[in-house]
Amino acid sequence: MSAAEQSLAGGDVAPLSLRGPAPTRVVAGYGFWLFLLSDIIIFAALFAAYAVLSGETAGGPTAADLFDKKHVLIETACLLASSVTCGFGSLAMQSGDRNSTYLWMAITFILGATFLSLEVSEFSHMLSMGAGPTRSAFLSAFFTLVGTHGLHVTIGLCWLIVMLLQVATLGFQPMVSRRFFCFGLFWHALDIVWIGVFTIVYLGAHL
Amino acid sequence: MSTEIEAQGMSPGAHVRTHGTRQSYLIGLGYAVILTLASFWASSTDVIYPPGVPILLGVLAIAQMGIHLVFFLHISSAPDQTNNILALAFGIFVVGLLVFGSMIIMAHLNHNMMPMDRLMQMQR
Repeated sequence: MSAAEQSLAGGDVAPLSLRGPAPTRVVAGYGFWLFLLSDIIIFAALFAAYAVLSGETAGGPTAADLFDKKHVLIETACLLASSVTCGFGSLAMQSGDRNSTYLWMAITFILGATFLSLEVSEFSHMLSMGAGPTRSAFLSAFFTLVGTHGLHVTIGLCWLIVMLLQVATLGFQPMVSRRFFCFGLFWHALDIVWIGVFTIVYLGAHL
Repeated sequence: MSTEIEAQGMSPGAHVRTHGTRQSYLIGLGYAVILTLASFWASSTDVIYPPGVPILLGVLAIAQMGIHLVFFLHISSAPDQTNNILALAFGIFVVGLLVFGSMIIMAHLNHNMMPMDRLMQMQR
């Protein structure tokens, strides 16, 4: 058993303060984690706006009129499944298996794109009903909150394509694997935000 | 795991941070599916005392966020995660302040505001 393994197993090799600089991967992960937390704080502000304005429908359609639970369940399933396939993709990457990395990441992309197209179809349906963001304060808050999440998913999909191109051209370099790791964190964090969205916006509408 | 990935930025002999196993992702998925279905069920059932449903939904959502943090984002109490945990605690604090603070303030303002029709009359 090496010294590092002993310290992981709880042996007292050296105190944390004496172990020298953390590995680059830990530092990069920490920096990206700080970004994710600040992103979540943006979402918290939008959630607060939605919570305050959700009753202000100005005589327009209410949340209970507009939202379809089955639709949301399918969206949730897509996003959750894509989170897991993204995890499988990063495992495949760790074991240096290029083909299954491509496979899992392609599935992740398809599931994410399905989620996005479901959301776009919901939005366009609402717009065609005259329930656009200009109709009431409730709808403004709804489109801002859910739209920002959708925008994040769109950015995530673009990032995923860039990552796949980097794997194809640069291979599994440490740099690429760190970026891939950060992408995974981003994708899982979006799923956490979505839990808040479906609970507060969609399930809260029918209470 | 190829050695080149381990080489950069790693102190000699240090472990590459693990990203869970396929099994841990599947366990996380199982919990997440159960909690999601439970919250969809809770919002549409008559079995539960209605005023208690929002609290139940909140509990289920927070539990699922915890599951995602542990099984997908791999937040743990490992020594190299100390900073991440501290940042997370601060993040949760700010989020709580922002959301509940706004709700309390706005509810209070709404409560103290003159009814809209009387306000309109005064402006004439």
